[in-house]
Amino acid sequence: MIQKIIKRLLAGVATLLIVYAATFVMAVSIPGNPFQSGDRNMPAEAEQALRARYHMDNNWTFFTEYLAGAIRLDFGPAFTYSDWTCNQIIASALPVSMLIGLLAILIALIIGIPLGVVGAVRRDRLPDFVGLSIVILGISIPTFVTGTAALTLFCVYLKWLPVGGWGTVWHLPLPAITLSLPFIAYIARLTRTSMIGTLECDFIRTARAKGLPERVVIWKHALRVAFLPVLSYLGPATAQAMTGSFVVEKVFGIPGLGQHFVNAALNRDPGLILATVLVFSAMLIALNIVVDLLYGVVDPRIKAAV
Amino acid sequence: MGSSPCTSMVSPARQLPSLRRLLTYCSVWLLVLFTIIAIATLPWTLSWMNIQQLDEAVRHGPAVAPVLSMDAMIHSSDGPPSAISGVLHNVSSCMGHDDLGRSLFLRLLPGFLISLGIGISAAGIAVVVGVLFGSIAALAGGKIDAAMMRVVDVLFSLPYVLTVILLKVALTRPLTALFGGESAVANLVILLVAISGVSWLTMARVVRGQVLSLREQPFVEASRAAGAGWLHILRRHIAPNLMGPITVYAALVVPQAIMQEAFLSFLGIGIQPPTPSLGRLATEGVEAVNTFVSYWWLIVFPCAALVLTLVALNFVGDALRDALDPKSSSASRTTSRSVR
Repeated sequence: MIQKIIKRLLAGVATLLIVYAATFVMAVSIPGNPFQSGDRNMPAEAEQALRARYHMDNNWTFFTEYLAGAIRLDFGPAFTYSDWTCNQIIASALPVSMLIGLLAILIALIIGIPLGVVGAVRRDRLPDFVGLSIVILGISIPTFVTGTAALTLFCVYLKWLPVGGWGTVWHLPLPAITLSLPFIAYIARLTRTSMIGTLECDFIRTARAKGLPERVVIWKHALRVAFLPVLSYLGPATAQAMTGSFVVEKVFGIPGLGQHFVNAALNRDPGLILATVLVFSAMLIALNIVVDLLYGVVDPRIKAAV
Repeated sequence: MGSSPCTSMVSPARQLPSLRRLLTYCSVWLLVLFTIIAIATLPWTLSWMNIQQLDEAVRHGPAVAPVLSMDAMIHSSDGPPSAISGVLHNVSSCMGHDDLGRSLFLRLLPGFLISLGIGISAAGIAVVVGVLFGSIAALAGGKIDAAMMRVVDVLFSLPYVLTVILLKVALTRPLTALFGGESAVANLVILLVAISGVSWLTMARVVRGQVLSLREQPFVEASRAAGAGWLHILRRHIAPNLMGPITVYAALVVPQAIMQEAFLSFLGIGIQPPTPSLGRLATEGVEAVNTFVSYWWLIVFPCAALVLTLVALNFVGDALRDALDPKSSSASRTTSRSVR
């Protein structure tokens, strides 16, 4: 077991290296660089000196130097945010994004799973249709529309919650709910499909034949098996939610990590691009390993799968 | 890819797409979709070929009057004025104008067509690239297959936003040069390439998986045993069975691409300002929100149009999946990433 986990971790490190190399090639090959801001450029000598300072005059040395730094968990300076290092940016923004992301995933599970189960049990009836409508609305309405609508309704007109910002508990619910809507939709859809398949299995018939109440059959026996596809979706989904969403952060004015993914790429800031991508990929890989471990817990038959 | 947790006895043999089922599921939404398309193409149907001119005419009309004079319409259109143009004109006045005095309604019409065009072209590109990539990987097998799929894996593990922005940033200069400075055209093409540059990944995975599983099916084996050639099997057995999943995923790419364009417009790197798109117009409405004056029409109408379009497309896509691909679980859909 432990051997298998170590194997997975090593494979994860290899994947990170490949992701690093791919991102590096993309980040370096795009035209423009963080030292040219457009109208007011620094003298060529100064730019040359800065490049030499950060080993950016030669792509190969930049590649190795950055990698050496990243292994020590030091991502170097953020070129477009003076006085900030990438580490400081991540340290200040990641906890914010993780909190909102985790809340969003929790909300999505609490609402999405019952929605899917009811849709599967009452298949092709009214509850199923209502569930499908909620799912389609969830994937159809862009986050900036739901976010702005929620902000206008609850903060501006009803004045129940503060308008944007960060710091108190009251700043949490709206962004978390807004972020959770697409996840609710996917989880409900996944649960419904896999529940329909599970309810046709023999062990469900056995459970019913034993005289177990339908409630126990569905929510204990069937859901446990039907949950597996949702579990494998949760790995990437949680990684995505916890690294922040640009739209939610912009609408609600939250100092999260999502904005840095976008701004780093728009500013052509190679240091910050690499740092954010590595954080995202590391989280993705780690969560996928956790999910595979949980697989064995939920369904003991597939313990060997890790 | 999730599969049923217990083995099903339902034969995976070709099931005829039941058109009736499809129609009962999504007839309302198909109707909605066609209605929107019909309305959006009305300026062309009524042969007001120049929407810019029409817009000018509306803008320079007496701005306070609720219904503008018909003269402006008649002067800007080639055909005779009809009852429909009158109604449209009233609708246009009721929907209000944006901060530059442009008629919101007249910007929504081409905006919808541009959004839909982006969606359909992105789906087309995703189909061509994804099907070629996926089927080549599956048919080549072995090391080539593994290498090709690792490429897809790596592209998948990069954050979506970053890939699109980097593609867009990287392509802007060479493509603008290629189109000889026609920045509006170049911008559209770049946007398309950036959006479809990530949507073909899911298609490639689906097609590869499908080809791999089809290759092992008894009917392919039987055909091979009967002496059928490689090309014959591909043409008669593999290709027809691929049509279902490809149609389903192509239909799902359309709303996804429209959503992604809206997201990119929100970032300010989507369609460039003079050209409207649903996402661009919705973003303009969202940006006009302030606590002092309510420009509610700027946010309500574009957002309603965007959401209605996406809901209709998603319902149709869902119904298509039910009708064409009954065995596929929507677990495979989780491999496509949502824009947040």
